[in-house]
Amino acid sequence: MAVKKFVVGYFEDEPELFDGVKKVRKAGYKIHDVYTPMPIHGLDKAMGLRDTSLHTAGFIYGITGTTTALSGIGWIFNADWPLNFGGKSHFSLPAWIPITFELTVLFSAVGMVLTFCWLCQLAPFVRKHHFNLRSTDDQFTMVIELTGKSSEADVQAFMSSIGAKGINVQNAETGWWLGRYDKDKGPYDKAEGIELA
Amino acid sequence: MSSIKEHFEIPGRYKQWSFGLMGVGILSLIVGFILYGSADHGTRFWATMLQNSVYFLLIVNAAMFFFCATTLAWGGFQMTFRRVTEAISASVIPIGTITFIILMCIVFGGKDTIYEWLNKDKVAHDEILKGKSGFLSPTFFTVWSILTIGLWMALGIKMRSLSRSIDNHKLTVEEGKKYMFTNTIWAAIYIVWFALTVASVTPWLWLMSIDAHWFSTMYSWYTFASTFVAGMALISLFVIYLKNRGYLEYVNQEHLHDLGKFQFAFSIFWTYLWFAQFMLTWYANISEETIYFKPRFEGAYTGIFYLNLIINFLAPLLIFMSRNSKRNYATVTFMSILIIFGHWLDFYQMVFPHHYTDHVPMNLFDFGIALGFVGLIMWQTGTVLSKYPLLAKNHPFLKESIIHHT
Repeated sequence: MAVKKFVVGYFEDEPELFDGVKKVRKAGYKIHDVYTPMPIHGLDKAMGLRDTSLHTAGFIYGITGTTTALSGIGWIFNADWPLNFGGKSHFSLPAWIPITFELTVLFSAVGMVLTFCWLCQLAPFVRKHHFNLRSTDDQFTMVIELTGKSSEADVQAFMSSIGAKGINVQNAETGWWLGRYDKDKGPYDKAEGIELA
Repeated sequence: MSSIKEHFEIPGRYKQWSFGLMGVGILSLIVGFILYGSADHGTRFWATMLQNSVYFLLIVNAAMFFFCATTLAWGGFQMTFRRVTEAISASVIPIGTITFIILMCIVFGGKDTIYEWLNKDKVAHDEILKGKSGFLSPTFFTVWSILTIGLWMALGIKMRSLSRSIDNHKLTVEEGKKYMFTNTIWAAIYIVWFALTVASVTPWLWLMSIDAHWFSTMYSWYTFASTFVAGMALISLFVIYLKNRGYLEYVNQEHLHDLGKFQFAFSIFWTYLWFAQFMLTWYANISEETIYFKPRFEGAYTGIFYLNLIINFLAPLLIFMSRNSKRNYATVTFMSILIIFGHWLDFYQMVFPHHYTDHVPMNLFDFGIALGFVGLIMWQTGTVLSKYPLLAKNHPFLKESIIHHT
């Protein structure tokens, strides 16, 4: 990952944020991300995010579970340690279905949780940069990445024109790194010049 | 709201098709009666009639269940196409009457036709049937069938008239609350009666008692799941048809997506019940129980048994899994037709193996009767759709459905 430069704007209300997102996309600036205190219906569409592929991953984990269960039980009861259950054949598919089902669900559930954490870059002992702590409380935060095509002053002016209540510029690491929120120095310890309206 | 097409006009082709299909049905009925009506107690004829009438009655009744359940839950998403489900549920009246006549002919027409518990000599020498004779008796059967079908019809008429009663009257907030309360009460009464009929006693009487010695407490749930999936498929077909003709302007892919989800989810639910019933029997391996699955699983009906599983489980699972396929009109149409046929096949293997253990007697007669019922549903639903507005425009929850979004 790399350290990049961002213009961060704070909004107090949902409708302003929605309009803002639409205008930013129209103007052609690159939205890094939008952080909100609660899920907002339709924001993903307004931001032009593609549908998540998490369910495709889930399907793949699921069939991996199915395959694991069927081949595992099949090998155990036919090759490794054949047992006689009430005279039933060793290859007795109906009896395997419940376990196959369970493993399918287990694999897809655990796999999807881990994939989700990885996609969101959430894990114990890793840290991410917070643009605005109040976006977990009452503020809506929009982060625009400064690219070679957009100048800092332009973006700041634009941000205030769409109704941002507070604006600042931050240099931030985009990826995650090893560290802990309670031990390390970070946004908790310093105000980082957040201008509040 | 003034620009929408409120009234469905039945196209000529639709009329021709429905009359044509009903004609096929009547022709099959006559030919079938001549061929099979008297031979071998008429079992072949009456089994087909029983299977088709009960199946189609239960799927149109599932449309009724759908809108009563959503009313009871104060669901809003279905409001844009609710009139379609109401119109389908109006078919309970003609098909219920036909089913009742068929059941009565079977029960009072002859003792060895379908139900072996009607044969008093047999019951007298059979401890199991003697023990069940309070439940499996013509009196109980008749009374319960009258109550079942009669109350479905009556409550259906009540629910539909409640829905139409506000068509010309804009409700105030207070009136709206009162209206929702009345609706909830009547829907709740229907749901309770539905639980006592489709979800418990009625399939035991009408279908399970064909194999009078065998029983499964899950049987009714399994029947319910089967007909509910097919009912959702039927609703989807009508919604898509009307949408294609330019009606139902407020229905969009979001609603279609939900209908697809219902078909997908309840196909899985059906499989769960189907498998639970099968697996427990298979695993316990008690001869009194496995006798039911013997002809189905490893006899003449093996092909139907597996085909049933492929059409009703594997196909919906794999095809309906992705979001795009549930939002695609062509895929949903195809799957709906497939599912209605698949569950028809499921009912076929519920009814026939007891009397025809060593061969599958399916031929054009069965399909002809089925098409006749399809024609009847088309005709009745089309007539009701054309009589009343397509949109319940004063319902308090309509807006919720228009802006519905998944």
